[in-house]
Amino acid sequence: MPSIQLQPDLNYIAVLLQIGIALAFVLFTYAVIAVAGPKLKGKNKDENFECGIEAQGNARVPYSIKYFLVAILFVLFDVEVIFLYPWAVNFKQLGWIGLVEMTLFVGFFLFGFYYIVHRGALKWE
Amino acid sequence: MVYCSPWLTEQSFFKEDFTPAHADKFLFNLAPGIAMFVALITGAAIPWGGTLHLFGTDYALQIADLNIGILYISGVVSIGVYGIMLGGWASNNKFALLGAIRASSQMISYEIGMGIAIIAIVMMSGSLSLDEIVRQQAGFHWNIFYQPIGFLIFITCAFAECNRTPFDLPECEQELVGGYHTEYSSMKLGFFMFSEYVNMFISSALMASLYFGGYNMPFIDQLGLPQNVLTLLGTAFLFAKIFFFIFFFMWIRWTIPRFRYDQLMHLGWKVLMPLAIVNMLLTGGAILLKNGL
Repeated sequence: MPSIQLQPDLNYIAVLLQIGIALAFVLFTYAVIAVAGPKLKGKNKDENFECGIEAQGNARVPYSIKYFLVAILFVLFDVEVIFLYPWAVNFKQLGWIGLVEMTLFVGFFLFGFYYIVHRGALKWE
Repeated sequence: MVYCSPWLTEQSFFKEDFTPAHADKFLFNLAPGIAMFVALITGAAIPWGGTLHLFGTDYALQIADLNIGILYISGVVSIGVYGIMLGGWASNNKFALLGAIRASSQMISYEIGMGIAIIAIVMMSGSLSLDEIVRQQAGFHWNIFYQPIGFLIFITCAFAECNRTPFDLPECEQELVGGYHTEYSSMKLGFFMFSEYVNMFISSALMASLYFGGYNMPFIDQLGLPQNVLTLLGTAFLFAKIFFFIFFFMWIRWTIPRFRYDQLMHLGWKVLMPLAIVNMLLTGGAILLKNGL
């Protein structure tokens, strides 16, 4: 068992540098467009676009529940995918037992998926 | 660096920066910044070439050789959804809201298939570092020969993640005007466009690195060239692969018509995800049989 070394990883400093440069680019552009372009105000001009007709009510109206279902299912399934990553890295050490265990896990996961499809949660017609 | 769209001309800076009266001002201004910022930081973990030996020091042509490179990229890319979602919601425009909702459910649906497709690659390489994955493909051992189905799943999901045709429902002009960026103008619209193109470039780089050997060039080692020339040739070769994939993105755009929304969801959840799982398990079995364990 090799001992764990607690040394700072210089690679993450490089990532921070990249983040700094990206942030600087975005902020610089915001600063430029704040001063560069013309500014014209007007009651009709500031309205939201709605095909040229007058805007009817607020845009934040209720919409199809299906989108929420998809979002919740995504959270469930993405967590399962996260569980697969550490297994995949160590896959060759785990061997056949690892594969059988993961097949069982994925089997339960697909059973849940079958249930969801069966109940029509992913039916969009 | 990026294929130049007409939105990126200098005019964009000098156009009026319009904010609708009923929009949520703070989120409206924040959203394109998030989209751009996230697109720009993804490239940090991608290896652009081997090592250059200059003045007695080795320089790796990679910003950061993270041992969790793939996790870094998939984590950062998924933040990109927030830019689109916030932009569409904050505009307080019906078209923008519909576009944003479509975009976010499309992107999260295809992320699952993409994640499982990458797992098959991780199983083969035993590492999450992109540089390690590229180095293992040295010579002509490109992953595409072992993972053709995985590649098909990955490229389909990459198209959906970038909101490119045939998956451009979030901004389909005929029904949603411009989708989530209907109300944007000036460089803020430019940011959304620019981030889409940067994402396309990064997806192409990922496809080249994960499946097509990255900066590896077959049979080049036998020419007996010096190390630095090899490295530069490798980088040029990687860029040739990336430009091929960008060409492919453009090609598909003018070839295949847009999907209907139910077809899109059907493909993502009921075709690609189960296919990716089957591919993953078959890959596992094949690796173990080959290793004779």
